[in-house]
Amino acid sequence: MNRYPLWKYVIIAIAMLVGALYTLPNFFGEAPAVQVSSGKATIKVDTGTQRRVEEALKAAGIAPAAIVFDGNSIKVRLSTGDEQLKAKDAIQKALVPDPSDPPYVVALNLLSRSPSWLSAIGAAPMYLGLDLRGGVHFMLQVDMDAALTRKVESLSGDLRTALREKSVRHSGISRNGQSIEVIFRDRATLEAAKAIVADQFADLQTVDAPEGDEFKLTARIKATAARTIQEQALKQNMVTLHNRINELGVAEPVIQQQGQDRIVVQLPGVQDTAKAKDILGRTATLEVRLVDESPEGQAAEAGTGPVPFGSERFLERNSRPVIVKKQVMLTGENLTDAQPGFDNQTQEAAVHLNLDAKGSRIFRDVTRENIGKRMAILLFEKGKGEVVTAPVIRSEIGGGRVQISGRMTTTEANDTALLLRAGSLAAPMEIIEERTIGPSLGAENIAKGFNSVTWGFLVIAAFMCVYYMMFGVFSSIALGINLLLLVAVLSMLQATLTLPGMAAMALALGMAIDSNVLINERVREELRNGASPQAAINTGYERAWGTIFDSNVTTLIAGVALLIFGSGPVRGFAVVHCIGILTSMFSAVFFSRGLVNLWYGRVKKLKVVSIGTVWRPEGGSEVARSGQGG
Amino acid sequence: MELFKFRRDIPFMRHALALNAVSIVTFLLAVFFLFSRGLHLSVEFTGGTVMEVGYSQPADVPKVRSVIAGLGYTDIQVQNFGTAQDVIIRLPSQKGVSSAQQSETAFAALKAADPGATLRRQEFVGPQVGQELVTDGLKALAMVVVGIMIYLAVRFEWKFAVAAIVANLHDVIIILGFFAFFQWEFSLAVLAAVLAVLGYSVNESVVIFDRIRENFRRYRKMDTIEIINNAITSTISRTIITHGSTQIMVLSMLLFGGPTLFYFALALTIGICFGIYSSVFVGAAIAMWLGIRREDMVKPGAQKGLDPNDPNAGATV
Repeated sequence: MNRYPLWKYVIIAIAMLVGALYTLPNFFGEAPAVQVSSGKATIKVDTGTQRRVEEALKAAGIAPAAIVFDGNSIKVRLSTGDEQLKAKDAIQKALVPDPSDPPYVVALNLLSRSPSWLSAIGAAPMYLGLDLRGGVHFMLQVDMDAALTRKVESLSGDLRTALREKSVRHSGISRNGQSIEVIFRDRATLEAAKAIVADQFADLQTVDAPEGDEFKLTARIKATAARTIQEQALKQNMVTLHNRINELGVAEPVIQQQGQDRIVVQLPGVQDTAKAKDILGRTATLEVRLVDESPEGQAAEAGTGPVPFGSERFLERNSRPVIVKKQVMLTGENLTDAQPGFDNQTQEAAVHLNLDAKGSRIFRDVTRENIGKRMAILLFEKGKGEVVTAPVIRSEIGGGRVQISGRMTTTEANDTALLLRAGSLAAPMEIIEERTIGPSLGAENIAKGFNSVTWGFLVIAAFMCVYYMMFGVFSSIALGINLLLLVAVLSMLQATLTLPGMAAMALALGMAIDSNVLINERVREELRNGASPQAAINTGYERAWGTIFDSNVTTLIAGVALLIFGSGPVRGFAVVHCIGILTSMFSAVFFSRGLVNLWYGRVKKLKVVSIGTVWRPEGGSEVARSGQGG
Repeated sequence: MELFKFRRDIPFMRHALALNAVSIVTFLLAVFFLFSRGLHLSVEFTGGTVMEVGYSQPADVPKVRSVIAGLGYTDIQVQNFGTAQDVIIRLPSQKGVSSAQQSETAFAALKAADPGATLRRQEFVGPQVGQELVTDGLKALAMVVVGIMIYLAVRFEWKFAVAAIVANLHDVIIILGFFAFFQWEFSLAVLAAVLAVLGYSVNESVVIFDRIRENFRRYRKMDTIEIINNAITSTISRTIITHGSTQIMVLSMLLFGGPTLFYFALALTIGICFGIYSSVFVGAAIAMWLGIRREDMVKPGAQKGLDPNDPNAGATV
C-alpha cells in the first residue's frame, strides 16, 4: 500500500529538476557590467550599436566576458569592478561625444554570472528589491482633477470657436468647475448649439435648462471620455518620466502605474535623491517659432556666415543646423495632443497636432502671414533646445488641427509625436512617498535575511532528525525541497525579493514543517494503537491530509487578503507567503510520502519504522522503535 | 524521543471557566491599553519623514536631537536603531515644506555637526497614503475573518467557525495590546505579521476541531467534554512541536533579522504563544459552550458506519 506508481516519481523528479534549474542562477551571484540603453526616444539600440561597443572595447584593450543584446539594451559583462569602470569610460567616449546631450545612457549595472545555457531556458535570479540592493523609491500622485480641468478649459475654447464658425449666437461661455456653461437667448439657438456639440464634441454630454428668460446649456465630459483622458494623462506622465530618468544613467529604472492615479518610480543604485527629485519634477517646454529665412539666416544655416541678430542657431535631430527667430509664437501649453497618423490624401506618415482655442487662433494668424516659409517646433529640456521638426507652411491652418507631414517614415512620425507629447506633463504630480536605502544597508539586509532563514532551517532540521529519526530526515529533506521550489517559483515569476519577502520565506518554512509534524505524530499514534508499520504510514498520511488541507486553506485566506489589500512591503511578504503555502503542500505531503514509500514501501515484512520512540501507555513500558528500519 | 506522555486524557475543560476568565481579563486589559495608550504607529501610517543616519563612532543621541530641534521641529524622535552607531530620526510632516527639503536640511545640519554622518535610509510618506493604509489594513482583517469563518462553517459547522474566530481575534487584540502597552512601533510589517498569525493560529483550532469531529464519530459513548479533552490531549504534542518549530524560525529572525524584522518577529512570537493557549482553552471551550453535539458532526442519514477509517465500523451500541 505504500508504493507510488512510476508516474508519481516522475513528477517528483521533474519538479526537483525544474526547481534546481531555476534556483541555480541565484547561486552564481552577479558580475559587474556596463549597460548601454537609448537616451532618447528617437534613438534605437541595435546590432550596429553593439558593433560600436565592441570596437570601443577592443580599442581600449578590454576583453569583456560577454556582450548581450536583449532588444532594448546592450549589456557588457566584465570580470572585475576595475575593468567595469574602464569599460564604461571607453564606451562613453565612443557613443556619447557630447555629455550634455547624451544619445545613449551608459550605466553601471550588475549582471547575473549564470552561464548562458541557463539564461537560454529563461532561468534568471530573483530580482532584488530596493531594500536589498539600495536605491530610491518614489510614489507620485497624478492630479487627475487638474488634468480634467485643463481638458475642459481647452474644450470650452474649442466650443467657443465652433459656435462662432457656425454663427450660433450666445451670450456667454464660462467654465464652472469641470463643466462648461453656455447661455442662449432662445431655444432655437440652444438646439443649434446642442447639435454642434453632438456633432463635433464626442467627449461632451449636454444638459439644458431654462434660467430666467434665458436658456442655459451645461456640457460635461462623459464618464468614458474622462477615463480615457485620465489614462492618457497617466501614460503621458510616465513617458515623460521615462525620458527624464534616462539621463540619470540608471541601469534598470522601474516606472509603473499603481492604481488609477499613481506612478511608482524605483531607481536602483541611485543615492543622490536631490538630483533625482530635481529631474523628475522638471518641466520641459515646447516652442513654435519661425525659421529665419533672410539671406543672413540662410548663410548662417549653410555655415558661411554669423547667426544674425534676433535669431538663434539650433540643431535638428540629424544634426543639421536651423536658424530660428527668437520670437516665440506658441508654447507647449497650447498643445493638447499629438498623435502619429497618415495624410488623408497622400497616405504619407504624418503627425497630427491638436491645439487649444487660443493656440489655434494664434496658429491661424501666423500661418496666414507666413505661407511658403518654414516654421520650427523646438523642444527645450535642461535649458537646451532641439528642433523636433521644421516643416514648410503650405496654407493657412485654422481650427487648431495641425498636420506635419512629408519626408517622414512611420517610425519617425511615432517618435516625433511621442517627443511632442512627452515635452510636458499632462497633469501635475506630487511625491507622496519616498524611500532611500543606502547600498551598505541593502547588503546588510540580505545577510540578515539569509542568516535568519539558514539558522532557523538548520535548527528545525536538527530537531526533526533527533525527534523523529528517519522520518525527521525525510521531513527535513522535504523542507529543503520546499525552499528549493519556493525560490525556483519566485525566480520563474521574476518576483521582487524584499526583506519582508525573506521573512515570509523563513515563516513559510516554519509553517511548512507543521504538515510533517502532523503526519509524523499521526503515524506514531497509529503505531501506538497497534497498527502494523505499513498500515500506520498509510493511515497516518491519509488522516493527516484532511487536517493539513484545512489548515493550509485558512492560512492561504490570510495570505490572499494581504495580497489584495497590501501595498509595498506587505505585498512582497504576501506573495512569498502564498507561494510558500502552495509549495509546502507539494513537498510536505506528496514529496515526503514519495521518500517514505521509496525507503519503506518495498520492504515486504516491515517490522519497525524509524520514527523515534513510540510510547505506549497501556504496557507502561516504552517500546523502542528506533534504529534503522527493515 | 518523546516529549509528551499522557497516560490518560487531561481534563482541559474542567478549568475552562477559570482559564477563560484569565483570557477575558487579558483581553480587556489589551483593549484598555489600546484605547488609553493607543498604538505607536509607524511613519507609514501617520505620514512624515524617517531618516536612519549612521555614524563612525557611537552616536551622541542627545546632540543629534538638539541639532534637529534647532531646525524648529517640535515633535521629533531620535533613537538608537539596532547598533549604537545608528540613529533613527522621525520628523512629522509639515505643511508647505516638501519632503525633499525636510530630509535634506535635516541631514545637512547633522553633517555639519558631525562630518562622519552618513544617510543610510530615508523615508517619506504623505498623509494621504497613511490613511489609505489604515483602511486597507482593516479591509484585509475583515476579509480574513469573513473568509475563514465561511470556510470553517462549510467544512465543519458554524459553531466551530464562531469559536475559532473569537479565539483568534482574541489573539490579535492581545498582540495589539502588547504593542500599545510597550509602545512598540506598529509598522506595516507588524500588520502583516498579525494577519499571518490570524491565518496560522486558526490552523490550531482546525486541528483540534478536526479531531473532535473524528472522536464524535469514533467514540460513541463519550460525552462532549470527554471528547474535547481527548481531542486536545491527543493533539497537544503536535501542537507544541509545530509551534515550537515555527517559533524556532521566528526566534532566528528575532536574533539575526536585525532591527527591521525585530517587531515583525516579536508580533509573531506573541501570536504563536497566545495562539496555542487560545486554541486549546478558548476555542474549544467556546465551541463547548455553544453546544456542539454529535448530531452536528455526524450528519443523520450519512453512512456513518461505513467510514473506511472507522475502527468501529459496523459495531452497534
